[in-house]
Amino acid sequence: MKSDNNLTQIYSKLTEIFRDVFDDDSLQVTPELTAADVDEWDSLNHIRLVVSIERAFGLSFSAAQVGRLKNVGEFAELIVSKL
Amino acid sequence: MSQSLYSTLAWLPAPPREFAARCRALPVNAADLGSQLQALAGFGLDENQLTRLSRSIEQARQDGRSLAPLVPFRLGIVSNATSHFLVPALVATAARHGIALECIEAGFDQAMQEALAADSPLNLARPDAVLLALDYRGLPLRTTPGDAEAARQTVAAALAHIDRIRGGLHANGKTVCILQTLARPVETHFGSLDLVLPGTLRSLIDAINRGLAERVAASNDLLFDVAGLAETVGLADWHAPTLWNMAKLPFASTFLPLYADHACRLLAALRGKSRRCLILDLDNTVWGGVIGDDGLEGIIIGPGDPTGEAHLAVQQTALHLRERGVVLAVSSKNTDEIARRPFREHPEMLLREDHIAIFQANWNDKASNIKAIAEALSLGLDAMTFLDDNPVERGLIRQLLPQVAVPELPDDPALYVRTLLAGGYFEAVAFSVEDRQRADFYQDNARRIALQQQAGDVDGYLASLAMTLTIQPFEATGRARIAQLISKSNQFNLTTRRYNEPEIAEMEGDPDCLAWQIRLADAFGDNGMISVVICQRAGSDWQIDTWLMSCRVLGRRVEEAVLQELLAAARRQGIERLVGGYRPSGRNQLVEGHYRKLGFTLLTQHPDGRSEWALNVAEAEPVGNLPMDIRHLGVAGSSPAPQRSSCSAASRA
Repeated sequence: MKSDNNLTQIYSKLTEIFRDVFDDDSLQVTPELTAADVDEWDSLNHIRLVVSIERAFGLSFSAAQVGRLKNVGEFAELIVSKL
Repeated sequence: MSQSLYSTLAWLPAPPREFAARCRALPVNAADLGSQLQALAGFGLDENQLTRLSRSIEQARQDGRSLAPLVPFRLGIVSNATSHFLVPALVATAARHGIALECIEAGFDQAMQEALAADSPLNLARPDAVLLALDYRGLPLRTTPGDAEAARQTVAAALAHIDRIRGGLHANGKTVCILQTLARPVETHFGSLDLVLPGTLRSLIDAINRGLAERVAASNDLLFDVAGLAETVGLADWHAPTLWNMAKLPFASTFLPLYADHACRLLAALRGKSRRCLILDLDNTVWGGVIGDDGLEGIIIGPGDPTGEAHLAVQQTALHLRERGVVLAVSSKNTDEIARRPFREHPEMLLREDHIAIFQANWNDKASNIKAIAEALSLGLDAMTFLDDNPVERGLIRQLLPQVAVPELPDDPALYVRTLLAGGYFEAVAFSVEDRQRADFYQDNARRIALQQQAGDVDGYLASLAMTLTIQPFEATGRARIAQLISKSNQFNLTTRRYNEPEIAEMEGDPDCLAWQIRLADAFGDNGMISVVICQRAGSDWQIDTWLMSCRVLGRRVEEAVLQELLAAARRQGIERLVGGYRPSGRNQLVEGHYRKLGFTLLTQHPDGRSEWALNVAEAEPVGNLPMDIRHLGVAGSSPAPQRSSCSAASRA
């Protein structure tokens, strides 16, 4: 139960960050979401996204950790593993 | 504090939660679009918010709309790191400084080619300035520890490389180059020895930075001291190895808003948009305490006391700015004669009257005073910076005179100077003989000027403060603060009668005595207890024995609200007349006309300045539209639950 709650909170925080970075208030952040699904998700915005997530969660990621991620679901798992 | 002052641009007000929505809601056809963009840029925006705002600016430009009064500026960017992420931050930040910025980026690591070719996109764009955003990692710096000759050659080669780029840009576009100093890495080769040995990275970078400064001194080019900026926030935070490895970002993106603000200050200074006048509040800004209440001996200024030192530093900074040609003025809510006394008589004061061009100490709103100061100095409002510890005064100026720069200040006065200077309001790109002489040119001994008119909708601002006035009879928990107010208040104090705590305790629950403690809260926080009123019943009269108020809440219609509530209470208790007196104390001139302003009739005027006044409860005119809610606590010893007065409910309607 507790981890579910945690995940819900993480997704709600991620949604806020994604909408901020990509300036799109209708963006639905799901585990399956990938860069290919969002027009604005280029390499520069990817960095912005990573930095914004680091700041919001008070974490830091290595380039390798970020480079391996295939979708938002994996990003959320990475966050959980560091919280 | 510490670096967060800089990374969050804490001298700027925090952005509203709905910032992105406000960007999207910018009107398509407003004549004042440029001003609206500038207002949105005036918040302490983070990278994402700057990106959001830059989109609105780019959109407006694409639609061919005027961005006036923003002044156009074309900036070329040449970098040996990733510069792409700088552009949106620079475009949005430039609006903060009154500039409509357009950026032309040279291709990644194409500095030399773009600079030398007359037909390169960069040179064809005819930029007003070109920023050479160079990183040490992109320069051919070979470390040769201990080998002075090799080090000399390395430095010369790096500077020659930069000179060739400058030469190309000068020849092809007659543009100004902005040379960035190099932020050195934190990693050392040996440790402290790095500074001793020639040829270490530390020594090479120091020499190159010095060489850049010499080049700027001997040309029209400008220096952007990124090395100094990086040291200010801390090199370990500035450099982000992960971001460099991932995308060749030359510094942590946390500092992008700061970097952009510093870069845009230079552009603004180049366009003559730096601030030229510093307007100082006095009480709790230039000295600690309130001169009108604490007196010459009671204010805190000078060495030996941490608060005194903090305010002394404010004075020192003001004097340094004056020596650079920044004009000093004063805007203070005070009686003129009283406010001038520390300048004339206090031995620890550094500031003297002849340092101040215009000295406005009066009880009018500060917006009107600042407008009058600008007009008297023949300077625009956009040349003004206003330093005040009081958030309500700061908010008023931001709302009524948005062109005036008003730094946010932290609670601790020790950080006032740092915060003011972090704002970079007085950025200069040159320092001339005229600058040195300007202060004396403006020296007219603290001239006082008459106010022509009110600057704007003060009532509208007061309404936006969401004030709540809470009235409560004297009781034990408030006793100490009541005693303090009664013993300390000098300016807004009609009779200056002092009572000690036992005397105050006696008034609690006395049926013939109405004794109120009054608190005020607003959007900026709780001001605590700010007023005390004591009335003694004499037949069907209430004799107003004491009426005092903190000057901090002057001009907010609190006294009118108190009168309204007094009248309502009088009606309930069958009182027919309010009778009040004014007893001059030498410090309370401010309230000489208090009862006249509130509609009382003069009964007696004594030769020694005392006067008696009366108001018939039945004939009193209702007070209209008070900009606050009024609550009563613990009325007549009944339940302590909050209770809205019927009068205030009517006034809100």
